[in-house]
Amino acid sequence: MKLYEYEARQIFEEFKIPVPKWGLASNVNEALKIAEEISFPVVVKAQVLVGGRGKAGGIKFANNREELIKVTNNILNLTIKGEKVSKVIISKYIEIKQELYLSVIMDRSARKPLILASKEGGMDIEQIAKEDPRKVLRIYVNPLIGLQDFIIRKIEKFLEIKNLKDIVNSLYEIFVKYDCELAEINPLGITYNGELYAVDAKIIIDDSALYRQKRFGERIERELNEYEMIARESGFSYVEHDGDIGIISNGAGLTMSTMDLVQYYGGRPANFLDIGGGASSEVVYKALRIQLKHPRTKSIFINILGGITRCDEVAQGIIKALNEVKTSKKIVVRMKGTNEEEGKKMLNEIGIYTYDEMDEAAQEAVKI
Amino acid sequence: MAILVDQNTKVLVQGITGRQGSFHTKLMLDYGTKILAGVTPGKAGQTVHGIPVFDSVFDALEKFPEINTSIVFVPANFATDAIFEAIEANIKLIVVITERIPMHDAVKFVNYAKIKGITIIGPNCPGIISPPYSKVGIMPAHIFKEGRIGIISRSGTLTYEVAYKMSKFNFGISTAVGIGGDAIIGTDFIEIYNMFLEDKYTDAVVLIGEIGGDLEERFANYYSKLNNKKPVVAFIAGKSAPEGKRMGHAGAIVSMGMGSAKEKIEAFVKAGIKVADKPDEIPKLLNEVLKR
Repeated sequence: MKLYEYEARQIFEEFKIPVPKWGLASNVNEALKIAEEISFPVVVKAQVLVGGRGKAGGIKFANNREELIKVTNNILNLTIKGEKVSKVIISKYIEIKQELYLSVIMDRSARKPLILASKEGGMDIEQIAKEDPRKVLRIYVNPLIGLQDFIIRKIEKFLEIKNLKDIVNSLYEIFVKYDCELAEINPLGITYNGELYAVDAKIIIDDSALYRQKRFGERIERELNEYEMIARESGFSYVEHDGDIGIISNGAGLTMSTMDLVQYYGGRPANFLDIGGGASSEVVYKALRIQLKHPRTKSIFINILGGITRCDEVAQGIIKALNEVKTSKKIVVRMKGTNEEEGKKMLNEIGIYTYDEMDEAAQEAVKI
Repeated sequence: MAILVDQNTKVLVQGITGRQGSFHTKLMLDYGTKILAGVTPGKAGQTVHGIPVFDSVFDALEKFPEINTSIVFVPANFATDAIFEAIEANIKLIVVITERIPMHDAVKFVNYAKIKGITIIGPNCPGIISPPYSKVGIMPAHIFKEGRIGIISRSGTLTYEVAYKMSKFNFGISTAVGIGGDAIIGTDFIEIYNMFLEDKYTDAVVLIGEIGGDLEERFANYYSKLNNKKPVVAFIAGKSAPEGKRMGHAGAIVSMGMGSAKEKIEAFVKAGIKVADKPDEIPKLLNEVLKR
């Protein structure tokens, strides 16, 4: 889960990483009040989770009240890549001599935290690395040992600055304390006085750790649409797509392959709905209710290969949903694996044909 | 014979009294897996399907020192503790079924296991099956027929699908290994493939990847540089997945333009690995690479 810049900034402040003076505003009056406190010139920054807000006009400068009113109104009326701007950061403008890059990420390949540093901050680190890998310092941290000073000395030497110890330590502390996939300062600005400021702040938290990161609990709920919300409560993962064939399957890989196969046969998946391993009939019932209710689905393709999931439980859930909701949507079921015979028998009794092969079933599901 | 698990595998089930732990203990026993003991703290003295339950891994090992493999069903918030306990007890193979273990925990036990020379499979994996000898996992066993093809997969049910398709064309399996769908996993494609290279009962390997990360690309790169290799047939799930969305598995996400199915397929093709467009093409491709 990605945090808003203002949330990341708050965390930076708590860990004594220097940030320019700032405040959060959701209207012009609040913006003016903050600007008067921190004094002009200021930067107004749209608070959105999507990337590329600068190019979309979501970051503007203001030298006085008039300019601030204008740009704040302007930015608060923006929708950036589908995300409506409802809050802005008003931040003291600081003149920067040099922009650096510093981050800690969880490196999947090495299975270790990785610190990345560069003298060329302000842009995407992938882009810097692509241009010239020598411009990016990569140092792994053994998670069993933690961050040691020798690593910080290497970073300081590479960046040719001396006073980085507190910032690197704090960033790593944040990375660990908040179960981060990424904790990034980009740019890390050096002023003409040699002071360091985190000009931007980015934190992504590992979704699997949210159960122990209660601080951000409420946030997740707000970002979900109606279907994602029901899916979450029912214990399966759901991703919205743009087609008209509803997909229910068990296991992420099989659900993805089911979508891929529908696409292969010329259909468009409406969504990805993975009921997970060992789903009860109640979960299947709720999954099918979502698909039946979904305005875009014309056909519903249920592809179950039982392992932990028992086919009889699945059949029971399907039957319960179809008993409650009369539907004209096409229901295509493929079923194989644990307790397959029982499941098939139950479905055949209510007139639903069950397929053995997902290939055949997919071809049937795309015929709308 | 096979890799990782066989008739000499003696299993401990961690989290044996839970719903999944107990259910799959029964299924593994039915398959013939030698399960000697189970652990659930506070439940010592009970039995689950005739298997004695102990309070700790150390207690279980005291009674059954021949245990060489553990399978972990413990829920995510207690799993890390259970895995560290198994590592400390020096169990050489630990199969972690549990999903949603935080990655900061996973990097710790994965790195610690490596230091101790212990193999961790998973987390978030379906386990390992070497038909007909042993199943240390949750896969529907009847789908996996004995044979000479190895499977390495990031997925669970998709592996069953592929094994099922293969069985229809008389391709059996030496060992199928689910390496897990999380971003941080204990053992990757390259490590398992190397085990298959050493196994004289494996003729070819089916590799089932998915979007996210670069395990597939790194395997392709490794494979292209090998002198002595066994043929590989690959499949990648997630061609239709929208960018930036996590597709069920914690590790299955295309982010910042990286980890797409397209890139992975291109890397395989470049390395001379045949890639199936859909799961039921895998038997055909196996026929081609084995010149059957």
